[in-house]
Amino acid sequence: MTHVRRKVLFYLVAAWAAVTLNFIIPRMMPGDPVDILLARMQQSGGPVPPQARSAIATALGQGGDANILVQYLTYLGNLFTGDFGVSVTYFPTPVATVLGQSLPWTVVLVGVSTIVSFVLGVGLGTFAGWKRGTWLDGVAPLTTFIAAIPYFWLALVLLFVFGSVLQLLPLSGGYGYSTDPGFSLEFLSSAFRHAVLPGVTIVLSSVGGWLLGMRNMMVSTLSADYVLTAEAKGLRPRRVMLAYAARNAVLPSVTGFAVSLGFVVSGSIVTEAVFSYPGVGYVLLQAVKNNDYPLMQAIFLVITLTVLAANFVVDMLHSVIDPRTREAG
Amino acid sequence: MTVDNHTAEETARAPGARPPARRKRPVAGWRLPRSAKLRTGLGIVLAIGLVGAVGPLLTGDPHAVSGAVLRPPSGAHWLGTTETGQDMLAQLTLATRGSVLVGLVVGAIATLVSILVGVVGGYVGGKTDETFSLVTNVVLVVPSLPLAIVIANYLDGGGLLVTILVIAMTTWAAPTRVLRAQARSVRERDYVTAAKASGERSWRIVCVEILPNLLPVVAAQFVFAVIFAVLTEAGLAFLGLAGFGSLTWGTLLYYAQNAQALILGAWWWFIPPGLLMAVFGCGLSLINFAIDEIIDPNLRSATRQRKASR
Repeated sequence: MTHVRRKVLFYLVAAWAAVTLNFIIPRMMPGDPVDILLARMQQSGGPVPPQARSAIATALGQGGDANILVQYLTYLGNLFTGDFGVSVTYFPTPVATVLGQSLPWTVVLVGVSTIVSFVLGVGLGTFAGWKRGTWLDGVAPLTTFIAAIPYFWLALVLLFVFGSVLQLLPLSGGYGYSTDPGFSLEFLSSAFRHAVLPGVTIVLSSVGGWLLGMRNMMVSTLSADYVLTAEAKGLRPRRVMLAYAARNAVLPSVTGFAVSLGFVVSGSIVTEAVFSYPGVGYVLLQAVKNNDYPLMQAIFLVITLTVLAANFVVDMLHSVIDPRTREAG
Repeated sequence: MTVDNHTAEETARAPGARPPARRKRPVAGWRLPRSAKLRTGLGIVLAIGLVGAVGPLLTGDPHAVSGAVLRPPSGAHWLGTTETGQDMLAQLTLATRGSVLVGLVVGAIATLVSILVGVVGGYVGGKTDETFSLVTNVVLVVPSLPLAIVIANYLDGGGLLVTILVIAMTTWAAPTRVLRAQARSVRERDYVTAAKASGERSWRIVCVEILPNLLPVVAAQFVFAVIFAVLTEAGLAFLGLAGFGSLTWGTLLYYAQNAQALILGAWWWFIPPGLLMAVFGCGLSLINFAIDEIIDPNLRSATRQRKASR
């Protein structure tokens, strides 16, 4: 039980550190974000009313001239009530609403792509490890090359070929302008067409990692005594491969899969930027471009907390599945 | 990763077999292991490094503007021109220098910090180790790209050095964890105990007894950090968040994207930087695999030794 308590404590500390980091960064940086924001507003929209200054300061959670400790406590309190302030980019929409609208796009797109690439990679990796030294195993070095390709560049190339040259698929966005979001066939098919290229990009750039990890674990597992025993007993190769080798070799990949689910929200920031896909990554980029600090901080926080939560679940599962890890806390 | 700590020389002599006797400093007579992966990887990386080091001296002014706008590759401009008529070849060689430099510097910083925090923490143990590993684990679970984006945005226009520091801040944690685990296992070996018993000072044990035995692991972590840094810088630069005034593969892609190179069909503008990045990353990965195979001979694919006893 002490192991579980240690883990819980660690994740509480990590969450506190991330939340505090989020509070400190804007206050530590050179230049006052409020001044920067005011300057930008003046550049783009002419004169700014005098009360704008305190309004912006409040929106940024700076609360005017209040003591830094008071600011910190207010900030923490606002987090618990889900009050992230008002977005500057999508003024006057609250940050929480902007997040609520962009999260589903990312979760569906990246979630489905992650599952597809995991199943594909683990399947191929099992075969590559089983047929070690044959032509099938030669797939592994090829995946090295694919894995080394920066994923947003792959996105650019796919976009160029299928969107620009062949004009088979849409260039940007999450759905066609002529369709209204809702559960209509027209909207869903449009959303699907827009998701194909970003989805393929994510699958292509991550499948190699799964493949290689699974292949290497298969190779290690195949030299274990119980695999030898199973072969000596005269079991069918298929059964030895799946029930004896793959079943044990897949465990680290499952852990990796759970961790990567935590990165679903953050994993495709640059890809979404390339495709102007209306998910969290794209919104984060808009926030960055517009110096929308409340939105930026909220997205960073959501991303961090998802990753922490996923890691926590994995850690807990791990100590249930494999008791040996409990001592190594 | 297995804890077995074979050195290059030992595994080359007898793959998979335990070394007969442990010498005090096994890495002393270092030579290149006969690994095709390692040689190919080193060849690729050195070639690209050479392009970055020497290329800009040969290709003329990358910022010079000319009337030849958006031309495809030809005799006059081997890799074509940008929308302001700048020579792509000259831009690409300078960008190669920038990206490789970012990778190497970040890799060096991350490796040094990870040795300091990981090896020292792992060796000393106790409260120091607990504090070190708590900080490491926290940095490890905080997602790096969003953090880098947020920090980079606040430090708007900070130049290459700021970019390097931002990326280094998020890169050191992973190698630190690996090195700490290795240091803890080496700490228990006989020769370290012997050195302690003979009254050697801690820093000497760390530098002379432990570090040389961790070299393959340190090298692997360095290579990993370089890949990660190059890709992260490219991502940040592509989003328009890396220090301006310096060309890298990422800023080239950023300019290409902003100038609608995709829609204009100017493939010679955005294909080469990404391709170079992929080839460079591939070369580094090959080196990494070769090191992994040196550490754990089980992973070798050339020989079919799976029934051989370990």
